[in-house]
Amino acid sequence: MNMHRFTQNGMHIVLDVNSGAVHVVDRLTYDILAIFDGANDAAVLGAFGGEHGAEAVREVLAELRQLIAAEQLFSPPLTVPSVLASAPLVKSLCLHVAHDCNLRCTYCFAGTGDFGHDRGLMPRSVAERAVDFIIENSGPRRHCEVDFFGGEPLLNMDTVRHTVAHVRRREAETGKVFKLTLTTNALLLDQDIIDYLNAENISLVLSLDGREAVHDHMRPCADGSGSWAEVVDKARRVVEARQGENYYLRGTFTAHNLDFAADVLAMADLGFKQLSVEPVIGKDVDYALTEEHLPALFAEYEKLALIYLERRLAGNPFEFFHFNLNLHNGPCVAKRLMGCGAGHEYFAVTPEGDLYPCHQFVGRDEYRLGDVFAGVEKTELRQRFRRAHALNKAECRECWARFYCSGGCHANAQLFNGTIDQPYELGCKLQKKRLECALMVQASLALAANRE
Amino acid sequence: MAKHIVTVNKASLQKTVQTGGCGECQASCQSACKTSCTVGNQVCQK
Ligand code: SF4
Ligand code: SF4
Repeated sequence: MNMHRFTQNGMHIVLDVNSGAVHVVDRLTYDILAIFDGANDAAVLGAFGGEHGAEAVREVLAELRQLIAAEQLFSPPLTVPSVLASAPLVKSLCLHVAHDCNLRCTYCFAGTGDFGHDRGLMPRSVAERAVDFIIENSGPRRHCEVDFFGGEPLLNMDTVRHTVAHVRRREAETGKVFKLTLTTNALLLDQDIIDYLNAENISLVLSLDGREAVHDHMRPCADGSGSWAEVVDKARRVVEARQGENYYLRGTFTAHNLDFAADVLAMADLGFKQLSVEPVIGKDVDYALTEEHLPALFAEYEKLALIYLERRLAGNPFEFFHFNLNLHNGPCVAKRLMGCGAGHEYFAVTPEGDLYPCHQFVGRDEYRLGDVFAGVEKTELRQRFRRAHALNKAECRECWARFYCSGGCHANAQLFNGTIDQPYELGCKLQKKRLECALMVQASLALAANRE
Repeated sequence: MAKHIVTVNKASLQKTVQTGGCGECQASCQSACKTSCTVGNQVCQK
């Protein structure tokens, strides 16, 4: 599919898939695009001329022709950039510094921290070796990344601190620049850790599920009590201490809170402005999202998009990750095809040093790729991940969202379909809805800016 | 000024087929726990 058109919030929006151009059109143009193929002017005139007048239809056709000439409509298919055929370079590692957790979140894919294996902490030596593994395998690439992850990474601050010191030393020696992130449930943040994370410029991903009852239902402490109040308190302290910068507050929604827009707004009203919520991934569990939830979820995304716009135009904005689509200077085609890079440019490292395609694959034993000491041993598996991009998968090739979604999450595809080559359909449907909302939001903001 | 169509952006993905691929931009994950950095949301670092 090379063009996608939809109507939302009273706007008729047209995306030219191969160029990335976005147009807002009137009703007549929108209807004409249902049959116009670039060459059938007579048929279009026949179908619409009677009702709308031949002159109006000719005007529309002339404008459409200009877009075609400018390669902003029906633009030619993209070729796969040659870089995808080159040998992969490592750019990013997710360090599971603690396979243990102080929460017992119902939906945790890590099985409450232990990933189906023993609870364990990553020793300094493994973390240090992981950093060197990136440097040795990143070639000329300057920017590298480490995400401190778990379980709960604050349970192993000793290794975090040691790794950061090692990163800084190696940066000075090699000229590499590391971006550091830490994904946490916030409970163990104290003043000392907050000061440290700020001083080291470590980005934070903090987990909160929105409203108190929603959060406490899915994110209880080990003793069964709720964690919301404490998380909010700690998250506030760290966000204030970093002047509201360099963090994301993120939540997960499930079948228990299909009205998740209320959770996003609850977070915004608590004073947090960098927000995201994501659909839970679950199979055969009471909180799992299924096909029958889709109408409610779609309506909820639309509702959230409207409130997002309203607040933004009223000068009281919050950021919602999925609506921040950059239509002007978005990533190149190579990046759009490679997406997360799991399994070839991005790996997860277990406390023992084993390499997996990403954090979600940890514990799926047949996907163990090697370790940070010997490197990637299953090179054929690594190549399979590199090849599994949007233009190589049947569903994605035909999908209008292919250059925004980049072919979906391999971990979900594998979980639901047993293969990374067949995307997870429910995820696709939600993805496409989020994208429509984002396109509507961005088009509305652009038109509002034009009017000023 | 076109009467029926307003074009919102001047995107040309085609141009980046040759120029892109430096790999200096941030990794992006779509999973719930990492706040899914859908790639379209990113900014090119060049
Ligand atoms: S994973 Fe799904 S939504 Fe994404 S490009 Fe492929 S088919 Fe489209
Ligand atoms: S496979 Fe899925 S969970 Fe893993 S890094 Fe990619 S998008 Fe994220």
